[in-house]
Amino acid sequence: MALLEVRELTVLYPVAVGLSAFFSHRFLVAVDRVSFSLPERGTLALVGESGCGKSSTGLAVLGLLEHVRGEVLFRGKDVLKMKGRELREFRRRAQIVFQDPYESLNPKMKVKAIVGEPLAIHRYRAGPDRVGEALELAGLSPPEYFLEKYPHELSGGERQRVAIAAALILKPELLVLDEPVSNLDVSIKAGIMNLFRDLQDELGLSYLFITHDLADAFFLSDEVAVMYLGITVEKGKTEVVLSCPLHPYTEALLSVAPGSRKEKLILAGDVPDPLNPPPGCRFHPRCPRAQTECAAEPPPEIEVGPSHWTRCLLLAQGKRHDET
Amino acid sequence: MQVSRIIFAPIFKVLRPVRRQRLLQVGLAIVIAHILMAIICGPTGNKEDPYGLTRLIPPYNPEKTYREIPRLAPPSAQHWMGTDHLQRDVFSRVISGGWAPIVVAFSSIAISLTIGSIIGWISGFAGGLLDRVLSLTMDAIYSFPSMILAIALVAVMQPGLVPMIMAIAVVYIPTYFRVTRAEVLQIREQTFVEAARSVGAPWWRILLRHIAPNTVNAIMAVSSFNIADAILTEAAMSFLGYGLPPPAPDWGFDIQNGQRFLQSGYWWLITFPGLMILSLSLGFGLIGEGISDLVNPKRRRKKGG
Repeated sequence: MALLEVRELTVLYPVAVGLSAFFSHRFLVAVDRVSFSLPERGTLALVGESGCGKSSTGLAVLGLLEHVRGEVLFRGKDVLKMKGRELREFRRRAQIVFQDPYESLNPKMKVKAIVGEPLAIHRYRAGPDRVGEALELAGLSPPEYFLEKYPHELSGGERQRVAIAAALILKPELLVLDEPVSNLDVSIKAGIMNLFRDLQDELGLSYLFITHDLADAFFLSDEVAVMYLGITVEKGKTEVVLSCPLHPYTEALLSVAPGSRKEKLILAGDVPDPLNPPPGCRFHPRCPRAQTECAAEPPPEIEVGPSHWTRCLLLAQGKRHDET
Repeated sequence: MQVSRIIFAPIFKVLRPVRRQRLLQVGLAIVIAHILMAIICGPTGNKEDPYGLTRLIPPYNPEKTYREIPRLAPPSAQHWMGTDHLQRDVFSRVISGGWAPIVVAFSSIAISLTIGSIIGWISGFAGGLLDRVLSLTMDAIYSFPSMILAIALVAVMQPGLVPMIMAIAVVYIPTYFRVTRAEVLQIREQTFVEAARSVGAPWWRILLRHIAPNTVNAIMAVSSFNIADAILTEAAMSFLGYGLPPPAPDWGFDIQNGQRFLQSGYWWLITFPGLMILSLSLGFGLIGEGISDLVNPKRRRKKGG
């Protein structure tokens, strides 16, 4: 059984429009019926440009958002319906590491308080040894050097390691990594990426890895789901999806990745307004291969290979785009 | 050697941020001088010598009319700041009148700071209907002219020290409410709050450990400006006769008495109490500036600290 099974996850954000804010809300659909599963000790990368709903997916999976529909099954139990003790236990077993280590640490707390806080919240005996252990796991040694420091006394990489130590101290099973290296220098980034890989081997963690960087996804993940405007356009094994992408959006993303030897496919226009998504396939206004049918109705998700799914009408009709 | 290090090291540690802050140093010096003066010359409760720790200071009983003191005499070697129309020594009144503004300002600001920031934390954190109601109430108080509100409140009670403290406290509650609420609204959107939620921290823990401590800097910076302001309010209220009951020395009240004689050329009656009010309020204002410099990292970086 998968550790995490997400079915038809939909995330809405209320949008206040003028005076109507007092009476009713319009909803922006940030994530639209996204499904995926994350096996134990596995890593799933959610890839997409900013605003595509990948971070919302991560927060919704942890039950941190309101207006969420669908199911998030963690070991068979729906996180969205959890309450009380069950939810507490889930909060212990699933942790998150955020993008910006300059914002994710309370500036008024010392490292030992930040890392030890999850222990206090879950009423574990907080020994300085456990905090030290977590710091060392996160690659901060000797821990004594860091215990009494405030976040502003640390570098970006060190801060992110403190955040990781705080996420690890409760011995979680699932870690949501919300762009954990996007704000770090390249030199530091490699160290943190390697740390994630080592921790997975050592502690048997599962990662939901949210990133906009395909190279990072390739480095860390077994499976990848590519998101565009709230929907998953393509998902499957990382090597397969990233080596022979089938959806035109994935192709375009890959072609502009640094180091790509393919001809760059620069997409026309901007991401459409998520309040008024285009009809039919959401990608059709920017798709280089769009046909008239594409505007008619949203393409279904079809299996195009062994555990490789995509949403594209051309593929559904059996017209591989290399034939057209 | 060892003992002095134990005693003084923590003091120096506390004072370290003061070192390069000229404004803060000057402000602290002025305020400390005023506080010392209030302690040395303030009321003692002793019937024989009601003011001052020693018989020598103040030189005369500030409340008492002396037969041997001339009426409305200009400053001289005998009476450094002259004498008033009731044959009292102005210098004695000035140095003994400083305790009331300090006590009133500190206690009223302490009360409004406590109440205002607690309501501000709750309002900003809870949001929704509660926030609307509290904000509207505070805006209503804030939009009232503060002097009129304070006078009305004192009039409901009776003139005196405690009513004045309460009245000024009510006037400043909205200031702290607004500052704290605005800070909370900003802080609660920050990632470390989200992080605490994701670990399962209960709401009171998020409020007390993550949000409240991060509002302290802003509250501190506002407080010293507010004390400066409260001193002026106290002086204005006692000027209008809502302060301490008459024979007691009180700068605002003395200015009220003295202004009648100004046109006849008796300038010393209002000049000296006025300068005292000015310097005390200036001292707190300078401390406020200094603290803002310390607290605001952008201004601090410029100084290379």
